[in-house]
Amino acid sequence: MSRPRLIKESSAPLPLDRELLVRIHDLMVKTRTLEERLIQMYKQGHGYFWIGGPGEEAFNVPLGLLMKKGQGPEYDYLHAHYRQSGTLLALGEEPIGALRQMKNTATDPYSGGRNFAGHFSLRKYNVAPVSSPIEVQYAIAPGTAMVQKRVGGDGITIVTGGDAGTAEGDFASCLVWSSRPANPLPILIIVTNNKWGISTAGDGQHGETRVSDRGKAFNIQSKTIDGNDPVVAYQELKEAMEYVRKERKPFLLEAMVSRLYGHSSASGANYVSEEVDCLKNFEARLEQEGVLTRQQMDDLRNRYTEEMAAAARTARDEPLPDPESIWKHIFAEDK
Amino acid sequence: MANMAQAIRMALHYAEENLGVTDIFGEDVGAPLGGVFTCTQGLKTTWNSPLDERGIIGAAMGIAMGGGRPVAEIQFCDYVYNTIDLLKLAGNTCWSSNGDWNLPMVVRTPVGSGIRGSIYHSHSFDATMTHIPGWKVVMPSTPLDAYGLLISACKEQNPVMFLEPKALLRVKGEERIPGEPDDDRALSKLIDAPLGDRSQWVPQWPQLEAYAVPIGKGKLVREGTQVTVVSYGRTLPLCARAAATLADEGLSVEVIDLRSLWPYDWEMIKASVQKTGRVLFVNEDTEVTNFGEHLMRRTVEELFYSLLAAPKLLAGKFLPGIGLADTLEMASVPQQNDITTALRTLAHEQP
Repeated sequence: MSRPRLIKESSAPLPLDRELLVRIHDLMVKTRTLEERLIQMYKQGHGYFWIGGPGEEAFNVPLGLLMKKGQGPEYDYLHAHYRQSGTLLALGEEPIGALRQMKNTATDPYSGGRNFAGHFSLRKYNVAPVSSPIEVQYAIAPGTAMVQKRVGGDGITIVTGGDAGTAEGDFASCLVWSSRPANPLPILIIVTNNKWGISTAGDGQHGETRVSDRGKAFNIQSKTIDGNDPVVAYQELKEAMEYVRKERKPFLLEAMVSRLYGHSSASGANYVSEEVDCLKNFEARLEQEGVLTRQQMDDLRNRYTEEMAAAARTARDEPLPDPESIWKHIFAEDK
Repeated sequence: MANMAQAIRMALHYAEENLGVTDIFGEDVGAPLGGVFTCTQGLKTTWNSPLDERGIIGAAMGIAMGGGRPVAEIQFCDYVYNTIDLLKLAGNTCWSSNGDWNLPMVVRTPVGSGIRGSIYHSHSFDATMTHIPGWKVVMPSTPLDAYGLLISACKEQNPVMFLEPKALLRVKGEERIPGEPDDDRALSKLIDAPLGDRSQWVPQWPQLEAYAVPIGKGKLVREGTQVTVVSYGRTLPLCARAAATLADEGLSVEVIDLRSLWPYDWEMIKASVQKTGRVLFVNEDTEVTNFGEHLMRRTVEELFYSLLAAPKLLAGKFLPGIGLADTLEMASVPQQNDITTALRTLAHEQP
């Protein structure tokens, strides 16, 4: 796969380094083309189900770039949900892994053909296995944060979920366990708010003015940001993460994002033109500020589209898991 | 001899000193109470959690992911039910990540009747727990087995559910735990927290020794030739007593304490049933889709031609709860007379 390109043109009045802007853009395009290819695989019968995060790239890519990447409590833990391919690519994952998971091949690096697309697991970078229940990660995350607090260092726990998932009790558990005055935890609690719960609009799901307002009751520093702007997302995430790293206290960050292809393949996985497209907006701005030309961005997108198609063809030809493999990994072997 | 609560406490002390246990926690698990059944008094890694069972199981999973070794407690198994999908998740984490992650964690919870605990302090959990793959499930009936099984659980790389038969927590054992003093009163003085103010109290732990009961191995409690009874937990000593009573009547009953429900010691059951041709399974969880039904199914499928009588299951009645009144509890779950009668009837059954 291509490495992100660097641009040597004159600097633009965007508050991030040109190199970083280009890197974010590159990963956003890479993520979008990956998700589009996953959807296409589903529609062509090369996968049973698609769920993912087109529309969350502007938030998820900066998140992955800012994580302290490594294994063990000295590094950041990510308890992710199923819309975060952008974060995984920003951590350095090759997209073919996600394509293999879509095709449920034996080579699927995240679940060996056992789980849906977007259900990543990456222990080497502290990414906990993504599961289909929309909220359980909020109950689990305080555990890694407790270990990190005890160990010292500046590793933090990051947990993400959607706004609809905050209706589940596990979100309240996360707020309670993270903010006890006797043991506040170094945890960044993230809610990506796309204003939907599957087919039900947000106003039929929950009634707080801001999800982040729920943090106030627990004296948790809280903020709602525009998650469709990667520059805002990068800066706000950086600030929130620095607070959690330094203060060893929780922070609740709500990011307003879009859901560009619906909830999942169950709702058709077609492009929703009424929602803000973070990539379109960012590209318009990059072009306007002279960071990248339209031609450069089109070339990049075409190149990634071709690379994803080629990777999908590779994945499609790989064997399914051996039926006998169902018995593997029910239990871990003693080490 | 130590009772089971003391045995659990000593195993946990051994585990935090020698096996890397980092967090022993749950509702009222830390000071000052040390657990509603005193199982966690005086331990150094205990702490009190919010009254939030989902938070407790979730935290245990997270601590295990972070490299800790947690022993979480659900105060009564009746309150574990709102954590079922987290238990399922803990059980499938290794499998669904294709071996990427594993969760070395223990969950302890008291189960069963026997203390007149009414509807929400008498439930069993073995039937439900054995429906959740990816966990190892154990249930001791003696203090020594509790000690040895808990030490094995704390060495595991996988989630272990440690079910504590609450009716037996205060019952003294007949076998000495390696390192425990000979005198019960001496042990109590060393490790039982005093009544009243305990803020200055520090336990004096005996020099405990490693003793592990392997998970998956049953115990032949009594040898016999005419009928087999397989049980675990509260009903096990009742089965042993029934066997002694029936011996006076000239009947020879073999008693197996399963100890581990998953994995379980099929070889021990098989060898016994092939010898006796008659088998009774006894537990106190509700009888519909009961773990004993699984054992019966396997007995019928694999040992049919060794059987001299239909295998039987004696379990709790399929009721929404166990009523508080003495008469109600006694009528709801197997009692001594039920077991003795069932064994006698089975021993005499003719086609």
